[in-house]
Amino acid sequence: MSRLTERLHRMLHADDRLDREMAAEWEEAPAGKPASLPPEEVNPDTPAEQPDWWISVPFRQGRGLRRLLVVLSVLLCVGIITVLVITAQYLPHFGQAGNPANNEVSRRYIENGMEETGAVNIVAGMILDYRAFDTLGESNVLFTAVCAVMLLLRVSADKRRSAAYQLELETDDRMYEPKNDLILRSIARLLIPCILLLGMYIILNGHLSPGGGFSGGAVMGAGLILMLNAYGFRRMERFFTIRLFRAVTVCALSFYALSKAYSFFTGANHLPSVITPGTPGMIFSAGLIPYLNISVGLVVCCTIYSLYTLFRKGDL
Amino acid sequence: MNVLMILLLVLIISCAVCVAFTKNLLVAAIVFMTQSLLLSLVWILLESPDLGITEAAVGAGIDSLLLFVALKKIHAIHREHGSRTKEADL
Repeated sequence: MSRLTERLHRMLHADDRLDREMAAEWEEAPAGKPASLPPEEVNPDTPAEQPDWWISVPFRQGRGLRRLLVVLSVLLCVGIITVLVITAQYLPHFGQAGNPANNEVSRRYIENGMEETGAVNIVAGMILDYRAFDTLGESNVLFTAVCAVMLLLRVSADKRRSAAYQLELETDDRMYEPKNDLILRSIARLLIPCILLLGMYIILNGHLSPGGGFSGGAVMGAGLILMLNAYGFRRMERFFTIRLFRAVTVCALSFYALSKAYSFFTGANHLPSVITPGTPGMIFSAGLIPYLNISVGLVVCCTIYSLYTLFRKGDL
Repeated sequence: MNVLMILLLVLIISCAVCVAFTKNLLVAAIVFMTQSLLLSLVWILLESPDLGITEAAVGAGIDSLLLFVALKKIHAIHREHGSRTKEADL
């Protein structure tokens, strides 16, 4: 048992040098090498900053510990599944009239939703009018996530300017993301307008048909990522820079927050509101919902694209 | 409808089990993407197209994209045939 704790301690607190030594030991004894990790050709020109073994060091500590970990994880999974299944026995049956989900809140939403919010798509009416505050929190969570990823993954300016880093980036891109790929570019030229148009349609029609800011923004972000993969960073940076990202997300989020704060003062609880729902079914209807959809869509689109670029390159 | 639903649910469960038991991380990410697509079909059958669109865009599209990028970042994607790698090294 003490050997195990010592191993665990070594595993948790092993510094880089220790990791290296253990990996060297491991390389000398290839008998228990996992089949899923074929040896990678190390390029002698580029410095090995992130060697490929560092992720699997904990699994190379020996068979006993590994088996113990497998047994423990299986036990944990079985325990969690048992608890969930037992809890599910107490749930009411699916789709019955007396279920607690069918209370007066959802009845009010379903019966009065269209005339109160003006949105034909009742889901949009719920998440952007009745429950708009939750959606604001959601957008802020996404924005915070990007800020955290930026803090973690952003490469410093000095390092980005260094020649070695540029060289590494070039070879990296050539290896995994072929530049001037004719097939990819031709397909992208056809697909990108369709994808972006579909995303805009999903956002702008969010109060009339299924969809909304979040899903439309995700579609548009995916289109931008395809564009990046087909045409490379240099062309994308002509219009999508960190300044654009900052301006768009901050404007959209503050518009959302301000408009909802406005409706706190005017539209809540039987106070008359200046913004009327309009005629349900028209494109300019449903009060603020289309504009809120646009701002959520912009935030989601920029967030998804910048998450991708931060992972790929370490910068916007 | 019922048969299709059962088929979809069985496929989803088998995909989830496959993700856990696949050795190759890239294959696991792709199977995870398939599972999200099947789940979006289930949402549409349950008459919630909003969730279906979001599941297809986020679960199948963005999630797997981020998984691929993360796998590349930790150098977990290995090229099987070395022809292009050698070309790039030159």
